Amino acid sequence: MRQSAVHLSGALMKKVQFQSRTVPFLLLLPQLAIVTIFFLWPAAEAVQSSFYLEDPFGFGATFVGMDNFTDTLTSSDYGRVARFTGVFTFFVTFLSLGIALLLAVKADKVLRGASSYKTLLMWVYAVAPPVAGLIGVLLFDQHVGPITEFFALLGWDMQIGVSFFDTSFAMTVTAVWKQVPVNFIFFLSGLQGISKSVQEAASIDCRSGFRRFWTVTFPLLAPTGFFLLIINITYAFFDTFGIIDVVLKGEPGNNPVTLVYKVYLDGFRGNDLGGSSAQSVILMLLVFILTVIQFRLIERRVHYT
Amino acid sequence: MATITLDTVRKVYAGNVEAVKGVSIDIADGEFIVLVGPSGCGKSTLLRMVAGLEDITTGEVKIGDRLVNNVDPADRDIAMVFQNYALYPHMSVYNNLAYGLKNRGMAKDEIDRRVKEAAGILEIGNFLDRRPRQLSGGQRQRVAMGRAIVREPAAFLFDEPLSNLDAKLRVQMRVEIKRLQRSLGTTSVYVTHDQLEAMTLADRLVVLNGGVIEQIGSPISVYDKPASTFVASFIGSPAMNLLPVTVRDGGLALTNGSGLSGKNANGADSYTVGVRPEHFEVVETASADAAVTADVTVNVLEPVGAESFLYASFGEGGPEIVVRVSSHAQYQPGQKLVLQAMPEDVHFFDADTGKRID
Amino acid sequence: MNNKLHLSDHLVLLAGVFFMVTPVLLTFITSTHDAITIYREGVQFLPGDQFLQNYETVLFRAGGFTKEVDGFVMLKNSLILGLGFAIGKIVISMLAAYAIVYFRFPFASLCFWVIFSTLLLPLEVRILPSYEIVQSLGMVNTYSGLIVPLIASATGTFFFRQFFLSVPDELLEAARIDGAGPWKFFKDILVPLSKTMIAAIFIIMFVYGWNQYLWPTLMTTDESLFTLVRGIKQIMQVWVGSQIPAFNEAMALAILAMLPPVIVVIVFQSWFVKGLVESDK
Repeated sequence: MRQSAVHLSGALMKKVQFQSRTVPFLLLLPQLAIVTIFFLWPAAEAVQSSFYLEDPFGFGATFVGMDNFTDTLTSSDYGRVARFTGVFTFFVTFLSLGIALLLAVKADKVLRGASSYKTLLMWVYAVAPPVAGLIGVLLFDQHVGPITEFFALLGWDMQIGVSFFDTSFAMTVTAVWKQVPVNFIFFLSGLQGISKSVQEAASIDCRSGFRRFWTVTFPLLAPTGFFLLIINITYAFFDTFGIIDVVLKGEPGNNPVTLVYKVYLDGFRGNDLGGSSAQSVILMLLVFILTVIQFRLIERRVHYT
Repeated sequence: MATITLDTVRKVYAGNVEAVKGVSIDIADGEFIVLVGPSGCGKSTLLRMVAGLEDITTGEVKIGDRLVNNVDPADRDIAMVFQNYALYPHMSVYNNLAYGLKNRGMAKDEIDRRVKEAAGILEIGNFLDRRPRQLSGGQRQRVAMGRAIVREPAAFLFDEPLSNLDAKLRVQMRVEIKRLQRSLGTTSVYVTHDQLEAMTLADRLVVLNGGVIEQIGSPISVYDKPASTFVASFIGSPAMNLLPVTVRDGGLALTNGSGLSGKNANGADSYTVGVRPEHFEVVETASADAAVTADVTVNVLEPVGAESFLYASFGEGGPEIVVRVSSHAQYQPGQKLVLQAMPEDVHFFDADTGKRID
Repeated sequence: MNNKLHLSDHLVLLAGVFFMVTPVLLTFITSTHDAITIYREGVQFLPGDQFLQNYETVLFRAGGFTKEVDGFVMLKNSLILGLGFAIGKIVISMLAAYAIVYFRFPFASLCFWVIFSTLLLPLEVRILPSYEIVQSLGMVNTYSGLIVPLIASATGTFFFRQFFLSVPDELLEAARIDGAGPWKFFKDILVPLSKTMIAAIFIIMFVYGWNQYLWPTLMTTDESLFTLVRGIKQIMQVWVGSQIPAFNEAMALAILAMLPPVIVVIVFQSWFVKGLVESDK
């Protein structure tokens, strides 16, 4: 549930509280235990091993300082993956937000069949990313896929798993398909949250529906949009793992992979513990920055309403 | 039933904000006390300290003979009616009333008897199976009252219980609360910012401002002899006319402006003079007995039905006053009038401290 | 508003529905044909006659994509993961949120920050050390190893904290005057009040747990613990190098893997939407 964001504004505490020393700790114990064992400990291990070079055969480790980081950041492979991740993230975010916004605006407008549209447009939320990946594999298959057949008519001979571009294209389409529903739900609820009287005031002030959308509705939706922007970036980074793994059939070769997928590859397949950990730490920093931005935006969103 | 005693009670919040600055009140058994004041005056905090919902920084609160500073709210033998009623939304009306009794381990049939009895008194017997959200505002208010009654407590505490109701219902419930309190004879402390509510309900009023008591007394005595300019302007509607005056040539004159004359009653050089709107009389020529006379110009006449309010001012830039006149009186804006007030109706306050001078 | 405007709105929405629904529809249709037809003629657009046979094979016969287990066992495991994760998360996070919101105690803000720091780091970035720790604890190929580490993220706690903060203070005050202590208040007032919220978060967490892929892939090497979503990976491994990929059975497995969460989301749509949107406020 990466949708949930750190939101610390507003009242942090109740006016009246129970006073007890033991009860709250007992209540917190299960959560704290799980967090410590399965979160803090591994996170600390990741940071620690990012400074060590592990013997591939498991005979101890040597402290290498920042070497893992410099090796990672200067390797051409890492640069290639980082570039792809950036482009992939951009397209997934831009397209899934755009399509969802368009659909949400229309769904907010129509009266007849509104709830059917809503259901039909959002249920794909429940489809797991690897299942979405499998569907992508079917539809983009070189021999049987209807999408491939369609593009063949236009003279584009798609080769998923062979051509870097074609594979990226299939991944992006699948990832967008999977992400539209979440954005749609948020945009629609954002639109429905805009007060009727504001919209009525706008319709008196401005005749053009198109202009009205860009000057009144869109700015009022902007807080939701900023918020979703971060959600989508995190999605493209992390939650697309299943899609990528399935589309590549577990055989990356020279095909496009994202930074997160590379952490997994280097750690579990390549046995490069230090390198993988250094990549983890870099990603941690990235997520941290994203979360801080998100936190700021949400603060602003609260003031907005 | 019990007395409630507050002895120099103080409340200091984190950051050294002193919300209540040493308040002492002795509340008699069966008495209806109303704490009234503007928002932020500390009235709610004071009530919540009696209830045990706020810690008492220093001072003592006694219910009956028992010091309750460190007693849990549930054990103070009080009942509270909240502004938003604080009904348990997931429980039926019956269970809302019964919950506190169940927690005390009371026998089922005794709970049933008490709930039925309270429901009878408050005429909510038909709603006992409903959830709070299925009730109207007035009905919720009754349920909140019922929850207080079934406990048969030593004291009722009311925290602005009528402020969420519309005007008509508010008057109706006000009368009902008064009648109920009379018949049960339970000591009650009632918090409100509405001076009319305070006047009509209270045996004694406690007027609070900035965490200190400005005045304690019966509604009429507070109205007739306000202890300070704050009380004078807070109690009564429209508010008392307060005019800064200076002693000139042995008589009174407006500090800023002209048109007022009056007799110097005390030895000081300047005062604030207060006259209630109903105590100004429109006359042809001022009587020799009048303590204050005023030459004013009519600004506007505001009819409210049974009477009208006349707004008039002392020349250009002078202060404006309001006068209660008959609803049949006809005055035109710009018309010149002579007003007078008799000595027993004129209040003098210290110009600096605002305290009453007798 | 004129009719022409509405027609274009409907056209856009229908195109959107086509984009969202068609892939799954084709997946289902594919799952009702035999592998040879699909291989020879490409993806079909009309239902075939192999529906029962394909689903029977996937559900009850081991030895297709997996050697030892059938789809039914995987379905059961998915259910255990989805339910175990959702219930475990709700119980643990409600208790923790209750402590954070309703108690004044030393180190409260430290506990708060420790728990909420987990929102900063998704499992994917600490996957390797997490795996090693769970392995060293001997929890690989166990249900608890599958479920418990996933609960480490504080999303649920965060959600309930937000909700508890929105509960009017007066309810606690009224309850205290009514003689309710911490446990009674929790049991009699807070949990019943949170019913809708619990339902909403349950749906989201169930779907989230059911759809887990990376962690089950690492955690379960024993087929008897495979979930349906984990089984998808197996398809890929069987396919590498095979002549005629069994698209029909693969798609039947895909349909099985998506059906329960999709049904839950559609049936409890209003709760689900509420949970999703509210949790971010």
